[in-house]
Amino acid sequence: MNTRGLHNVFHLGVKELRSLARDPVMLVLIVYAFTFSIHTAATAMPETLNKAPIAIVDEDRSPLSMRIVDAFYPPLFLPPVPITPAEMDARMDAGLDTFALHIPSGFERDVLAGRAPALQLNVDATRMRQGFTGSAYVQTIVADEVTDFVRGYRAETTPAVDLALRVRFNPELSKVWFGSIMEIINRITMLAIVLTGAALIREREHGTVEHLLVMPVTPFEIMSSKVLAMGLVVLAGAWLSLTVVVRGLLAVPIEGSLALFLAGAALQLFATTSLGIFLATLARTMPQFGLLLLMVLLPLQILAGGMTPRESMPEAVQFIMLAAPDTHFVMLAQGILFRGAGLDVVWPQFVALAVIGVTLFSLSLARFRKTLASMA
Amino acid sequence: MTAFAARIRDLGLAYGKTRALDGITLDVPAGCTVGVIGPDGVGKSSLFSLIAGARAVQTGHVEVLGGDMADARHRRAVCPRIAYMPQGLGRNLYPTLSVFENVDFFGRLFGHGRDERMRRIGELLAATGLSPFADRPAGKLSGGMKQKLGLCCALIHDPDLLILDEPTTGVDPLSRRQFWELIERIRSGRPGMSVLVATAYMEEAARFDWLVAMNDGQVLATGTPAELLTRTGTRTLEEAFIALLPAARRAGHRPVEIRPRGAEEDGETAIEARDLTMRFGDFTAVDRVSFRIRKGEIFGFLGSNGCGKTTTMKMLTGLLPASAGQAWLFGHALDPHDLDTRRRVGYMTQSFSLYGELTVRQNLVLHARLFGMPAERIAPRVAEMAERFDLAGVMDALPDALPLGERQRLSLAVAMIHGPEMLILDEPTSGVDPVARDGFWRILLDLARQDDVTIFISTHFMNEAERCDRISLMHAGRVLVSDTPAAIVARRGAKNLEEAFIGHLEEAVAEARTPAADAAPLQAPPAAADSAPAQPGFSLRRLLSYARRESLELSRDRIRLTLAAFGSVLLMLVLGYGISMDVEDLSFAVLDRDQTGLSRDYALNLAGSRYFVERPPLASQADMDRRMRSGEISLALEIPPGFARDVARGTPVAIGAWIDGAMPERAETVRGYVLGMHQHWLAAQARAAGGGAAGAFAVETRFRYNPEVTSLPAMVPAVIPLLLMLIPAILSALSVVREKELGSIVNLYVTPVTRLEFLVGKQLPYIALAMLSFLLLVALAIFVFGVPLKGSFVALSAGALLYVAAATALGLFISAFMKSQIAALFGTALLTLLPAVQFSGLIDPVSSLEGGGALIGQAYPTTHFITIARGTFSKGLGFADLGDAFVPLLIAVPVLVGLGAALLRKQER
Repeated sequence: MNTRGLHNVFHLGVKELRSLARDPVMLVLIVYAFTFSIHTAATAMPETLNKAPIAIVDEDRSPLSMRIVDAFYPPLFLPPVPITPAEMDARMDAGLDTFALHIPSGFERDVLAGRAPALQLNVDATRMRQGFTGSAYVQTIVADEVTDFVRGYRAETTPAVDLALRVRFNPELSKVWFGSIMEIINRITMLAIVLTGAALIREREHGTVEHLLVMPVTPFEIMSSKVLAMGLVVLAGAWLSLTVVVRGLLAVPIEGSLALFLAGAALQLFATTSLGIFLATLARTMPQFGLLLLMVLLPLQILAGGMTPRESMPEAVQFIMLAAPDTHFVMLAQGILFRGAGLDVVWPQFVALAVIGVTLFSLSLARFRKTLASMA
Repeated sequence: MTAFAARIRDLGLAYGKTRALDGITLDVPAGCTVGVIGPDGVGKSSLFSLIAGARAVQTGHVEVLGGDMADARHRRAVCPRIAYMPQGLGRNLYPTLSVFENVDFFGRLFGHGRDERMRRIGELLAATGLSPFADRPAGKLSGGMKQKLGLCCALIHDPDLLILDEPTTGVDPLSRRQFWELIERIRSGRPGMSVLVATAYMEEAARFDWLVAMNDGQVLATGTPAELLTRTGTRTLEEAFIALLPAARRAGHRPVEIRPRGAEEDGETAIEARDLTMRFGDFTAVDRVSFRIRKGEIFGFLGSNGCGKTTTMKMLTGLLPASAGQAWLFGHALDPHDLDTRRRVGYMTQSFSLYGELTVRQNLVLHARLFGMPAERIAPRVAEMAERFDLAGVMDALPDALPLGERQRLSLAVAMIHGPEMLILDEPTSGVDPVARDGFWRILLDLARQDDVTIFISTHFMNEAERCDRISLMHAGRVLVSDTPAAIVARRGAKNLEEAFIGHLEEAVAEARTPAADAAPLQAPPAAADSAPAQPGFSLRRLLSYARRESLELSRDRIRLTLAAFGSVLLMLVLGYGISMDVEDLSFAVLDRDQTGLSRDYALNLAGSRYFVERPPLASQADMDRRMRSGEISLALEIPPGFARDVARGTPVAIGAWIDGAMPERAETVRGYVLGMHQHWLAAQARAAGGGAAGAFAVETRFRYNPEVTSLPAMVPAVIPLLLMLIPAILSALSVVREKELGSIVNLYVTPVTRLEFLVGKQLPYIALAMLSFLLLVALAIFVFGVPLKGSFVALSAGALLYVAAATALGLFISAFMKSQIAALFGTALLTLLPAVQFSGLIDPVSSLEGGGALIGQAYPTTHFITIARGTFSKGLGFADLGDAFVPLLIAVPVLVGLGAALLRKQER
């Protein structure tokens, strides 16, 4: 591109920014997406176990069983509901309890006698998350109570081998850390697609795109100006959000280099703004663009590996999702921001994003050129 | 019958701060054709919508057919006697429905029986000459035909008052003439009928019985055309109208002097087109058009909407590549990639193509820059343009805030900024009042005569065409004739240009052998008795006619139909694989500093489970650090030196385990697994040693309903409710808001259909589609995801039916608050997704929620359908066990539909 081209891209880019500055709806959306939405999404993520409903059948009625019943209290569990064995199934069928703990008669006696009695724990496994994590908690709580209780009667028995568990990068396993960063990643993708796509469709609806095309301006310049201007806006928003909301308000420590993350985000924006243009050329109107957006954005965000780890998805899905920019961006962001990885570690993701970006940009440009006829 | 069709007293109407109507007082005589004249935006359409009852009266008093239009009862009683055709070509029609289906829909709304309807439709289509096109979609008709179809739809119920808002704007003169002949015939068949017409064509108004001249929301004058001419002492109505304007508006108006071009010198050719052709699919928009325009000439293209004027101009600007033929600009063959020719051309369209978000000055500067003007010349040039086009006072205003006339001048200034030698102007004057139009033409004449700028302009105004040096008459993609206006008139021996154009059109139409309208006068309907009176109250027939129409429309919109039927399936696949909570195949590596059988046994204990996959051992702490940072391993174990020895001696020893905490959920699960395996290993060791200490006990955990504890059986039954909420709600919300945006909502305002009939009628097709979607989702769950349905399918289906009824009703309810489709789309997505995902027990049961979320969760329909879906899918339950979950759904459906109907307005405000 010659200097004329650069000038055109610059002036068109300034025009995009001015247009955006006068669009209150989009401005509100950007501000909301990078502030409130991050804050609420990060803090609203419930801790894994919160007020889990539990019912207990206590047939032992011994000091130990009472002790166990008393060990379940909010916020982890709702106060246990005492029930009879007959009620157990009906209550679970109706979805009233997630856990039903059955303490058999003679439990205390058998524990003290070393006969290793069994407690029965019923878990409603349709409530996957609560059921799974909760059952581990129930076991630990019961084990602690039993150990404490037995300690009062017998000498201490130490396990010979201890397991020293440490969690790296997020020692408290804080959901806020994780949630806020993932939310920023999702917002970057969403805004990049929405802003560029809407900007192109708006120009088409107002008939200004054809006006540009009768001027000495090429489609490449028009598209580049939108990609650059909108990319810049989203990048600035992401930076502000990371420093003010995430680091400041939410006090999330960021391990790695912010500059390196922003460089990765710039590549991601190159790819997703191009995707926005591509979708806008497929849709004829804003509502159609909206419907398309819904169908594209959800899979991108859900399958990128930010919500659930990639390794638990079927291999075919993992493979297909390698073509999506979000997948690489999520890896890169987690690497840099949580694990403090440097370019020596995350360079493969940078390369992948660049390749996807160039491909999407070229595809969109080809499609943009082709649809100009029908747009005009 | 009253002597007046409508009596209006002190009528005022404001849109926000803009006053559209300002104290109108008017008596509209009955039994004749009354014309309301005036340019766009003076309040004609507002006045008409108030008279038709489509818009609520704000201040003042409107009495139509002997009753107050502010009274809902009178409106209901009188609406079958009024027919209203809003402005815009076919704005109250349904573009994807065929001609027949459109008329049929209106017939059903007014409650005609089948035979009666067929008879009437047959007659109307024959009378308007539309019979051969009965199967053509309304959107594919020409402007004139659309208006005739609109008329058919308006006349199906024998109205006493026919309100036509600019029915002929943008329609070719032949169709215009046919349209008025048709109205005459109808009136001769029904002499009592009053017709109220708005028009911007002054020539047309001359044939009406009585006229109302309007400007700026006020009535300037009323009277017969002859009275108006005598009163103002003018020859034509256009002149009369200008004379009637307040003095301030007329100031500076001079009639346009037509300065003919100098001698017919055979100057340089600016544009030449030879056999230019444009085809879109099998439709030929422009058919072998040829012409030649000389430098400094004003060349006009005259023709109706959709005749190919715009397409021809776009081909000349290089916006559209021609399918065949060639064109030359300034002697160079047209090349869309040649940026230099573009610098010599200025282009302006009817939409003006200005950036509404940039000020007048910014618009001018941007265009100057893009045309590559040197920076130092931009400021003087912008000032010069501001001066010349009289924009100096508004340089910092936004274009949208300017009156149409000023926007038009700005648009021309923008097109002229780089001093082009040629201007291509596509209907630059449509919608602008006569005074501003004359001012614009003075500028054009200056440019052509003084600056020798070639002007290629299209218009559908005859008097503008007369000002051109030469014109081409266009129709259906072909140029009928090209010459000077005077020569065209002379050659046909016509009275004026319009007559001449109609002559050419008739020839062209005869050639194309389009059947002309049947000339027989339209039969008066036999008796008023058999036109069924509109039943007050609820009518199943009207409800079903809306349901039928909605289904037809939906079946023809591929994007919406695909989304409705398969959108949920696609999302189910995505979510089914995406929201998986199984954590498997976690990679781990060991830093084994002991290297004994026991230490290897410990690692094998992990590697042997299905949860962990072992990676090559770690060499050092640094290696561990690097591999954890890259995310290659999510768990690292360090077994200290002397591990086996210490275990054997009973010396306390600790194994180090590091978990990658980047994803807390995964880390939590890893921690659980590792702890469990550690305990397991210890127990195994103890057993090997032959122990059995006090305090030992076991917890036998039974994972009910889903013993493998895998995600799919847990998630799939919960995802189905989520999807059956999201997409049906969005589609039903869109279906109402679409009508608001496209204008066909006016049929709700002015026909006897009630709000409940309208909403439920529109809801039915979406319920049917959602049920189809439900069946697909269940099939997907069973056959693709392998999640068995253990309980009652009938209970599940019954729940689903109630649930999708509630979901679509929720969409209708939300649509009451939304004005644009895009707002409806995202608003509904937001309002349904959040409560469905967070508060309905999808992930955490409602009983574990707190505060507002818990309240919403208890009332929200998704909660109860999730209970039903999980109950039937995983727990093997049926109606008897799930009765409690059906009750809230049974309540939600009527409540939501009722709220939607209560909030929907039967009139525009």
